[in-house]
Amino acid sequence: MTLLTGSPVAADAPPTRVNALAAELEDLASRPWTLMEVCGGQTHAIVRWGLDQLLPSGMRLIHGPGCPVCVTPAATVDAALALARRPEVILASYGDMLRVPGSDPVGGADLLGLRATGGDVRLLTSPLEALSLARRHPDRLVVFLAVGFETTAPATAVALLQARRQGIENLRVLASHVRVVPAMEAVLSEPDCAIDGFLAAGHVAAVMGLGELQALAERHRLPVVVTGFQPEELMQGVVTCVRLLEEGGCGVRNAYGAVVRPDGNPQARSAMEAVFEPVSAPWRGLGTITGGALALREDYRRFDAFPLLDPPGPTAAAPEDNPCISGRILQGRALPSDCPAFGGRCRPEHPLGAPMVSSEGACAAYHRYRGAGIPARCG
Amino acid sequence: MSECIRLAHGGGGQLMRQLIAEEFRPLHGGGSPLHDAATIEPPGGRLAFTTDGYVVQPLEFPGGDIGRLAVTGTANDLAMAGARPLHLSVAMVLEEGLPLAQLRRIVASMAAAARECGVVIRTGDTKVVERGKGDGLFITTSGVGQVEASRPIGPGSIRPGDRLVVSGDLGRHGLAILAIRHGLELEPPVASDCAPLWPAVERLLQAGVHPHLLRDLTRGGLAAVLQELAEDSGCPFRIEEGALPLHPAVERVCDLLGLDPLQLANEGRFLLVVAPDQLEAAMAVLGPEGGVCIGEVGRPAEAGPVPDVVLRTPYGTQRCLPPVSGELLPRIC
Ligand code: SF4
Repeated sequence: MTLLTGSPVAADAPPTRVNALAAELEDLASRPWTLMEVCGGQTHAIVRWGLDQLLPSGMRLIHGPGCPVCVTPAATVDAALALARRPEVILASYGDMLRVPGSDPVGGADLLGLRATGGDVRLLTSPLEALSLARRHPDRLVVFLAVGFETTAPATAVALLQARRQGIENLRVLASHVRVVPAMEAVLSEPDCAIDGFLAAGHVAAVMGLGELQALAERHRLPVVVTGFQPEELMQGVVTCVRLLEEGGCGVRNAYGAVVRPDGNPQARSAMEAVFEPVSAPWRGLGTITGGALALREDYRRFDAFPLLDPPGPTAAAPEDNPCISGRILQGRALPSDCPAFGGRCRPEHPLGAPMVSSEGACAAYHRYRGAGIPARCG
Repeated sequence: MSECIRLAHGGGGQLMRQLIAEEFRPLHGGGSPLHDAATIEPPGGRLAFTTDGYVVQPLEFPGGDIGRLAVTGTANDLAMAGARPLHLSVAMVLEEGLPLAQLRRIVASMAAAARECGVVIRTGDTKVVERGKGDGLFITTSGVGQVEASRPIGPGSIRPGDRLVVSGDLGRHGLAILAIRHGLELEPPVASDCAPLWPAVERLLQAGVHPHLLRDLTRGGLAAVLQELAEDSGCPFRIEEGALPLHPAVERVCDLLGLDPLQLANEGRFLLVVAPDQLEAAMAVLGPEGGVCIGEVGRPAEAGPVPDVVLRTPYGTQRCLPPVSGELLPRIC
């Protein structure tokens, strides 16, 4: 790589801790291991900081299915769009969700586009804001499109616990929360899976603890290392995982001890368990994942927004008539640059698939930070 | 006088005359500001002329307000052409219901900003629109300045090997506005960097520095400016990421929300492109906090695709500058 030669500033910056870890890795790795980072936030950081460029030759980091925006089924986005068209509805969600196109291949409508043409669509940073919106607008129906892993599900649960206690009648959720470990299980069960070990996301483990990961690691006899999202934390995670592999070990290691406690956050978990129960559900691009989603329990069904639809429930998504290979990307079997549409027909302003929409999606990360001329080293 | 703007304030009658005479008095800079057209003495030499519209919510924010923005913004556009800002016109569109007390504060702030920038507000216009048809207050300012730079300033003057210098920390204005809009309570609050740029440009010119380019880092931040300039000049830009000056709070919050500080707007920062043998002089003028060399201009690529802007991370790896997409949306995780 010779693009940057003779730079005027900090040309000989001292090697950082990240570089020291990379050197350690070089000594440690006796063969080209393949690790999967599960979470979109990790993918984003790896590509953002070019950490894959520091790996020993042949070693690969492949990108996992952990971008909640990417895996939300198009049918759920369609449901949100349909509800947002109703005059009595205030549709609220997280920022990234507002730009995900529905399944209509022609219009490519998204919630922000709907807002521009008069829909009442609000950007929230917490489900509790949806609760206060409902309180402030008793004459409207507030529908919260709730996505995310075990990191955001507890906050949705807390909002619903409070709504129930306070007798709030005009709040509904389009719940599309998903669970990480079943997705890791699904990726591992693919016949040609090449994964030697996982880097698991620290913020999910901070809620769920290490138990589920432990069981997975033992079932599949591979190492799982919980990491943070800073370059140093990620490199430390890679070193820990490779060391385990070299020693022939398996099991869970916590390389994010400052944040993750072995039993996670029991309070958050109990809120989540009170409101949601695991169900099997389709993930965008990945098919149905056993136990892969969270649905409202009986006591909380009155908050379910899907029955408002006609017909009720998510509609079957129209076949996605585009060249998007997001499923293969979310399984770590292809790189964004393998997609014929990457950077051409599919760009962040014109996403054909969800991995290009979310800032945590692998396609968006590559598009942002790689462009032409900086080769990808990860596989 | 009533407590808020009414439609009648725009009707051309007694109320309007009163509004202009009483509330806009601080803006009466000189000459005959209330006349249909101001007459100004030609300063001699080349003139720079610019105009800009200002819409911002909220109208007042930590470190500034729409009035200060409207005055410094247009004066800064002149400064970026190497011109001393001289005369300004101000057109205001007021929305029915705008509290007069707030208008008064904004007008006072415009007057103070005009003094800081050394410009005189020569002429103006006021319209009132019905409630719901405006966002409280829109301001348009136009400005005239006298070009004091002796050589052309623009993308065409950029040469391979030139150094890239920013005039201070990045992204504070954008974050200050974002924090208020999304109800983020930043402790301590981050204030906008909104400030006049001519004083720094004047010192550069007086010290004999010939800027190849000056560009204020407004909407789209440093990222948008670098991309545009690299494209226009046909040269790749190379940036040392570790050298970019960021306020710790900006860095922290951007990290938390998944925002790129380089895409956040500034209102008191500029990019200077200078020949390498003038770097030292420029840095001496701008001082340690106001002048940070962040990289250099490369040679146009002879073969193969080269990204317009390459950043070298503190780890020696490389990345591109993400394209600026317009709307800033905080991340989920
Ligand atoms: S580049 Fe676009 S079309 Fe291709 S896989 Fe990614 S999201 Fe789908």
